[in-house]
Amino acid sequence: MLYCNWQMKSPKLLLENKRIDLIIKRFAAQLFEQGCDPKTFAIVGLQPRGVQLARRVYHELKQLNDQFHLFGELDHTLYRDDIGRGEIHLPKPSNIPFSTEGKRILLIDDVLYTGRSVRSAIDGLMHYGRPAQVELMVLIDRRMERELPITPQYWGLVVDSKSTGEYVKVEWSDQEQMVWLLDEKR
Amino acid sequence: MSNREHLNHLLGIKGLNEAQIQTIFETADTFKDLLNSQVKKTPALRDVTIANLFFENSTRTRVSFELAEKRLGADVVNFSSSSSSVKKGETLIDTVNNILSMKVDMVVMRHPAPGACQFLARHVNAQIVNAGDGTHEHPTQALLDAFSIREKLGDVAGKKVVIVGDILHSRVAISNIQCLQLLGADVMVCGPSTLIPRNIHTLGVRVSHNLMEAIEWCDVANMLRIQLERQDQRFFPSLREYSSLYGLTAKKLASLSKEITIMHPGPINRGVEISSDVADSHSSIILQQVENGVAIRMAVLFLLAQHKL
Repeated sequence: MLYCNWQMKSPKLLLENKRIDLIIKRFAAQLFEQGCDPKTFAIVGLQPRGVQLARRVYHELKQLNDQFHLFGELDHTLYRDDIGRGEIHLPKPSNIPFSTEGKRILLIDDVLYTGRSVRSAIDGLMHYGRPAQVELMVLIDRRMERELPITPQYWGLVVDSKSTGEYVKVEWSDQEQMVWLLDEKR
Repeated sequence: MSNREHLNHLLGIKGLNEAQIQTIFETADTFKDLLNSQVKKTPALRDVTIANLFFENSTRTRVSFELAEKRLGADVVNFSSSSSSVKKGETLIDTVNNILSMKVDMVVMRHPAPGACQFLARHVNAQIVNAGDGTHEHPTQALLDAFSIREKLGDVAGKKVVIVGDILHSRVAISNIQCLQLLGADVMVCGPSTLIPRNIHTLGVRVSHNLMEAIEWCDVANMLRIQLERQDQRFFPSLREYSSLYGLTAKKLASLSKEITIMHPGPINRGVEISSDVADSHSSIILQQVENGVAIRMAVLFLLAQHKL
């Protein structure tokens, strides 16, 4: 697993295309190696950027076994615990075209920070049924900043930055994916 | 949109800009998807308490607001003037302040006096949503009407919309005209000259007194109800005459060279401003308007709770 721990000189490039490709291939291989059952295993990406990562992981997994077919997108805006408390959030569409009842669900997001988004996503997911198991996969795990007891089962890179002002920015387009560590949100 | 301290309100279409309306529509799109999914309820406004104060009769708007509030997980209290201390002579500000002292965050109000919501927004410490104030404005109806046109025709910009009937007493017409114009539609009003305000042209709308000419011109016809309860004098000789001149019938529609979309804000007086077969025809989007009303009101309440409007 990859770990980063440094004195930051901003902006710092954490991951670029090639590394991200490798991480996604590793994710798919890990899932395949575990022998996930395509009938019950479902990937659900969190809006907005988690969906992009989830699509890539799903695509790679289908390369290994094209029986995998359960894929969804979940927006957790309406389940957040900070509505009306400052930052403005607009809801985006959710699309989970299957019953989550009894399924093994893998939630995928780009960055795990305080854990509050994942908490609200689990809340939202439960409205679609009672999954047998919910797991979490993230590209970046900022584990020192957690406010809730949430831990990912799969992660790409652990970033142990403690400065409260620091911000991890994920840039994701069809051609290019990059992850930056910045001094502050911009 | 006016502010008292940091509060935002939805008092009318006047004060909204096009970008805000588009944000409401985009948010309502998501809520419409939600309402059509297996999960219809969210806890988004779980720590918000909303009072629905209806000083005037209402079925659709009241039920629609209440459903929107409940779908968003808010706590809801309902109030109607007929069963309250208003009958004992309590003033509007006293009534509302008493309700607010029980820790209510938002007030949805319908009132017969034009400007009642502006008045309240200046004097009480809560977010106010106008659910119709006299003959002044009915912003959520205008938003849901424009949203329904956008849904049916793809866009509002460039569309020709005629509003037919009692323009003089209609808050729906005033709010609709402003909303549709902000979104780039071409608006006409049509009705007997006694029911069209003399200076309506200053709003930049076309005026017609001939229904056939109006529906031949338009893409969308929004048929308004004759508001007999607001009329203290006779504005036309008889309902029968009004209906024959301004009532929309299948025969009149059949004589057109194109198909137009039919709307009505409800409640419908079948056989007066619109015949039953037209109201129930495939060109009519009356029930879609009602369905969209819940999504639009959810969007308005959700955005207000985040101080986005």
